[in-house]
Amino acid sequence: MRSEAKLGLILLLTPLLLWLSLLIFIPHVDMFLVSLRERVGVGEYKISLANYLTFINEPLYLHTFLRTAVMSILATMITLLIAFPVSYYIAKIARGRTQSALFLLCLVPFWVSELVRTFGWMILLRETGLISNLLQFLGLADGPVEMLYNDAAIMVGLVYTSMLFMVVPLVTTLESLPDEVIEAGYDLGGNGLSVLREIVIPHAAPGIVSGCIVVFMLSLGNYLTPTMLGGKDSLWFTELIYSQFIVRFNWELGAAFGFLLLGLSSLIVWGMLKLTGQSLEKTMG
Amino acid sequence: MYPDLECMNLTRRFGDTVAVDDVSFTVPAGSFFSILGPSGCGKTTIMRMIAGFLEPSSGDIHIRGRSVIDTPPNKRPVNMVFQHLALFPMMNIADNIGYGLRRAGVSKPEIEKKVEEALDRIGLPGIGARKVGELSGGQKQRVAIARCMVLEPEVLLLDEPLGALDLKLRERMKVELKALQAAFDTTFVYITHDQSEALVMSDRIAVMNEGRFEQVGSGQDLYYRPDTAFVAGFVGDANRWSGRIERVSGDEMEMRTDSGILMRGATHGRALSAGDRADVFVRPEAIRIAHSTEELAHFDNRITGKVESILFNGAASRILVQDSAGSGEIEVNLPQSGEFSGLSRGSEVQIGWSGAQGNCFAAEGS
Repeated sequence: MRSEAKLGLILLLTPLLLWLSLLIFIPHVDMFLVSLRERVGVGEYKISLANYLTFINEPLYLHTFLRTAVMSILATMITLLIAFPVSYYIAKIARGRTQSALFLLCLVPFWVSELVRTFGWMILLRETGLISNLLQFLGLADGPVEMLYNDAAIMVGLVYTSMLFMVVPLVTTLESLPDEVIEAGYDLGGNGLSVLREIVIPHAAPGIVSGCIVVFMLSLGNYLTPTMLGGKDSLWFTELIYSQFIVRFNWELGAAFGFLLLGLSSLIVWGMLKLTGQSLEKTMG
Repeated sequence: MYPDLECMNLTRRFGDTVAVDDVSFTVPAGSFFSILGPSGCGKTTIMRMIAGFLEPSSGDIHIRGRSVIDTPPNKRPVNMVFQHLALFPMMNIADNIGYGLRRAGVSKPEIEKKVEEALDRIGLPGIGARKVGELSGGQKQRVAIARCMVLEPEVLLLDEPLGALDLKLRERMKVELKALQAAFDTTFVYITHDQSEALVMSDRIAVMNEGRFEQVGSGQDLYYRPDTAFVAGFVGDANRWSGRIERVSGDEMEMRTDSGILMRGATHGRALSAGDRADVFVRPEAIRIAHSTEELAHFDNRITGKVESILFNGAASRILVQDSAGSGEIEVNLPQSGEFSGLSRGSEVQIGWSGAQGNCFAAEGS
């Protein structure tokens, strides 16, 4: 009987363990080993930290690395600032059909692929695009305006892509806040700002942090949006990884870059949790 | 001297439905006023209008003689204890109680002192650092009241705060609430659908039905001298007979019930005349029970019946009597003397009551 139960447990766990080991654990270990390899001759390798040293000694790599981090943090903050009022409206003010309709509107853009969505932005923002034409039509601009291929365009794309992942956790946590508690906040003399600061935000903190983590990770690891909307000066770290692997065929350096990105995102998420006094269990559970 | 709270012709409509229909009342300073009514009668709507969360469609609300209609909820000198208490789960107890004082800009040491005092007052000293979730239902209740009382409101509104408690605790909190009201010497406006809460605690009670006040008075008034059939049926238990009036003389009347029994009752000054449809209400404790008719000779209503069932409930035990005419069950209180402990299902009993105990009202819709 006991051995049967044990067998059952093993059978149940097998798909999960296969998934974890084959798709996550083994590739990562392999990638880590590759990143520690230095090519000394044809088919000859030795273990060294040379790839990581290259990263430190090359200003372009380091610069892109930090720029990607700062831009991702900025994109996360902008997403939060836009998503919070939207989520508050959906969760607390809208009722019944309006509520589900608004929620659906946030979801609709995700029915098409990210590639198509990004092309949509290109149609809007390019020199011959809708906005440029509109500005000329209204007489606000003399000639065609190019709004693509800069950091602002990347930011717009990143925020747009991440919106849903911020709205969902926020709506969920805000909905769990009883209206009574908000009313009590007002009843006892609070104004809108103090109720927001002392009651709504502390209650929504786990949702805010989990939304921020997801959005930050998505922005940091985004490849498509920065490549398509960014210009020659707006290099994203994922582009460097891509070029090492595919263009330069330098897997060793690419793997090192990949691990640096993993380390960076882990560090920033950890810092974010420490800063807000939240724990991963609380925000993800 | 103005009354603490005065509502004048308060009306609130939601679309086509009138939730509160032209209600006026005054609550004198320092009194315990209850609004009693079934759910959906509009009592919560009144409460939310007083607190400022709802705007009246028409009418005015005065607190200490000043209209507060244009004052937002956070500026009104009223505070509310919510149905589910609405303590702030993200703060500890001391911060919960100190919240209003912080908003009012009171200095930190002053807040600490007042919070301490309030905790002493509610008999829970030293729990300031605890989390909301660590308290029992009764303790939360008291904290919710203390959180309002530190602000020294003119009027404290309580929205069925005992609803979520279990029966034993509810009984104890009734007494405690009354004591707290006396200790803080503040006007309490309490809404409930539980008549015993209202009767035990209140100085005055308003019985509300379908957006209107049926009667305002002390607990005794409502219980012994109900003004309307609704109050007679809603406050306390009552046996009810419908029928047609045969004769009215002065305060006395005679009615033939639909099942054919001739019954005497009292009109208590209500305008009723022979031929009208009417309802007679008789309280179970007003009905005397006896083994023989002679014992009941002085009562003008006498019925012979069979015990249908015995509802044992300690001091509040009752029997259901099926009268010989078969007009339905009559609830009768069982005396505690033990004299009728031998009754069993099917025994024949005599019951009777004096006509003055039969409260007669014109039937609804007539």
